Amino acid sequence: MFEILHGVKVDWMRRRHIAFIISGAFVLISIISLIVHGGPRYGVDFTGGSLVEILVTPPIHADEVRAAVDRAGYKGSEIQELSKPGQFLIRTEARPGHESPGPAISQAVQAQRAGTHIEILRVESVGPRVGGELRGAAIKAIFFALGFILIYVGIRYDWRYSIGAVAALFHDVFITVGALSITNKEITLTVVAALLTIAGYSINDTIVVFDRIRERSKTLRREAPERVMNIAINETLSRTIITSFTVFLTVMALYTLGGEVIHDFAFAMLVGVVFGTYSSVYVASGLALEVQLWLDRAGQSRTKK
Amino acid sequence: MTRSDQWKLYLTVAFVLASVVTLWPTFQFYSLPPKVRQEVLQARPSEATSEAERIKLEKYVKLRDRAIKLGLDLQGGMYLLLEVDTSKLGPAEAKNAVEQVRQIINNRIDQFGVAEPSVQRQGENRILIQLPGLLDQERAKALIGQTALLEFKLVKTEEESKALYDRIDSYFARKLRGGAAPDSAAPDSILHPFTSRLLSSSHSEAVVLAENVPIVDAMIRQISADSTFSTDAKLAWDAHETEVSGRTARGLYVVGKDALMKGSEVASAQMRLDLDATRPGAPGVSFNLTSRGGALFGDITGANVGRRLAIVLDGRIQSAPNIQEKIPRGQGSITGTFSEEEAQNLAIVLRSGALPAPVHVIEERTIGPSMGQDSIEKGLRAGAVGALMVVLFMVVYYRVSGVVAVVAMILNILGLLACMAGFHSTLTMPGIAGIVLTIGMAVDTNVLIFERIREELRNRRTVLAAIETGYARAYRTIIDAHVTTLLSSFALMWFGTGPIRGFAVTLSIGLIINLITAVGISRMIFDAWSVRRKLSSISI
Repeated sequence: MFEILHGVKVDWMRRRHIAFIISGAFVLISIISLIVHGGPRYGVDFTGGSLVEILVTPPIHADEVRAAVDRAGYKGSEIQELSKPGQFLIRTEARPGHESPGPAISQAVQAQRAGTHIEILRVESVGPRVGGELRGAAIKAIFFALGFILIYVGIRYDWRYSIGAVAALFHDVFITVGALSITNKEITLTVVAALLTIAGYSINDTIVVFDRIRERSKTLRREAPERVMNIAINETLSRTIITSFTVFLTVMALYTLGGEVIHDFAFAMLVGVVFGTYSSVYVASGLALEVQLWLDRAGQSRTKK
Repeated sequence: MTRSDQWKLYLTVAFVLASVVTLWPTFQFYSLPPKVRQEVLQARPSEATSEAERIKLEKYVKLRDRAIKLGLDLQGGMYLLLEVDTSKLGPAEAKNAVEQVRQIINNRIDQFGVAEPSVQRQGENRILIQLPGLLDQERAKALIGQTALLEFKLVKTEEESKALYDRIDSYFARKLRGGAAPDSAAPDSILHPFTSRLLSSSHSEAVVLAENVPIVDAMIRQISADSTFSTDAKLAWDAHETEVSGRTARGLYVVGKDALMKGSEVASAQMRLDLDATRPGAPGVSFNLTSRGGALFGDITGANVGRRLAIVLDGRIQSAPNIQEKIPRGQGSITGTFSEEEAQNLAIVLRSGALPAPVHVIEERTIGPSMGQDSIEKGLRAGAVGALMVVLFMVVYYRVSGVVAVVAMILNILGLLACMAGFHSTLTMPGIAGIVLTIGMAVDTNVLIFERIREELRNRRTVLAAIETGYARAYRTIIDAHVTTLLSSFALMWFGTGPIRGFAVTLSIGLIINLITAVGISRMIFDAWSVRRKLSSISI
């Protein structure tokens, strides 16, 4: 048998406060980044506006593209040069009497430098009202997805565990949103799908550990809850690491090879998988333990009276 | 082998066979050379010229319908969400208008020659259009968005036009001076605020320099919005630009307010190259009228010989020929400075009729064909590399058991793709991401089971007992994990839009199949393997 992490006997719970500090720090960094950036950066899906991706051959300088875009009447647009020379991503704001800026921009670039060939690779143009509707739909989807999960966990497990599971889930999703904010990436429809997948994975990881804790608390009835949790975490540790590792491998493949359409999705997934692994060990169980200890203390003081 | 084991085996074989059979057309379709594939995509048996061709095309359609379709993001194409502006219609009219618009747009696209277009109503007053594959996007958009209201109007006489212009001039002159009549010695621009911006001497057909067009246009809007300015005439721009001594300009006509006849009387229309004798080869459109329209047209032309008849499309003058004589047969033509494509478009929109209400594009997503090609290549490569790494890891780490897990994973993907083909779903980029994550879940399921079996083996259980308890104990966790992920996918399916839904659909199908393959089929392989060989050790 080729094994990793078998027979580890780490006392995870004793160090849970360190983990709380680390998690707190990451959440704080996320909050700071969100404040500095004025909230998450929503993509055109949610704000309305247009994304135009063009390929100019032979390549020209980004300043020329900017001049052309300004002249086409889209002043203040964001212009981003992509990895391939001559490939530009232009982001324009939504305007009343919504009209796709693709042709106007491509004509202006053509006029800027005669003899260039311009190919419109992609246009995503969302009217402000549709943007609002998509935002509403995404919020509804998130709300119901999380709601369903919580109800299920609440039915399946003790409510003490639910608190830990929910905290871990928000922790993972929140830190991922923070990472997107720090790297100045946009929240698009596909990123929302990634966030919900992270939530699913996070709860999945947590459930595996919780299942084992529940099983062990029956067989090790006399042990202190810290020890039961440590044993459960250690026993499931190899599974946690292996699964995370294989998911990490596939998402890494998407991130590096999947192309730009899937790039942000894969980035969010990568961050989520890493933090999801850590949080299922520490945040979920750690908090569940805190709740249990707190209840025990409360129970003791009540019996003393 | 017990009876129930046999049943499991039969079911597995049936599952694999059914999957392969369902996927066979997809395999056939995508292994065709690209040129043939394009032909298959555009096959229309109704247009076949011979019986043999019809049979061939019908075969193509069958193949096309059974193969998994690629989404617009993967094969390139256009997604348009239109909103029908029903604000100027009554409630009963508005209700019909949206459906009419859908049908008309459907007709137009049909004649445009796109492979497998989709035009659907969405909600109250929206229409979703999906046009896959290679196409001229600007042309498609022009074709879809054009209202195509064709009207025939008389051009007003010189005198009538002059009278109108004089009234407009004094209207704006008064406005400029706060209601007072202007001093007759004032400069031209104050005495004649309107006509001083026109170039030509002819009143019925004036010309405006391009730089003055916006101001003149604003003035025209102002008087037409003012209900106190009553007139039976209307100012209409020429649809095409002209050149006046080297400067671009646009013609401005005075036409009657009411149409003598409308485009609904057009029975057929074709693009022709031989309509204008002075410019042979210049594209134009000839049309035939219905019998009622023909009679009406005869009356109109008969009563107005010597005057000009303007052909107005969406409020713009396409051409204004002189009526030489009564035209008894209902036939006419539209000439102008068209490109061949524009003339083709015009013929199509005339044939399919005018939209009862204007439409606006409120969402557009266009993926160029090269980008789509790029996406699918990258997506497939990423998927293959990801899967390969997982396979390698599983086989190295779990040996023979790893192979079992890989077999289960392959069956999972096979079943997932077969379901997609069976449900006629479309594979999109988020869908590929869903498949990749299904692979992740499939692996996780087996890892959970194998780790349990290993634990049981460490506790010195026999191989058979270890497999038994390993599966039994992992089972609960697996169900929990699948249910939670499925719940969030269902929420995505119900409330999500476009890309999110595609992702959720593939992920949910994959998860459900995973319960069959990673739990059922892998268990069956394990049982067969350990029972038959009476193993005392297991490669895990």
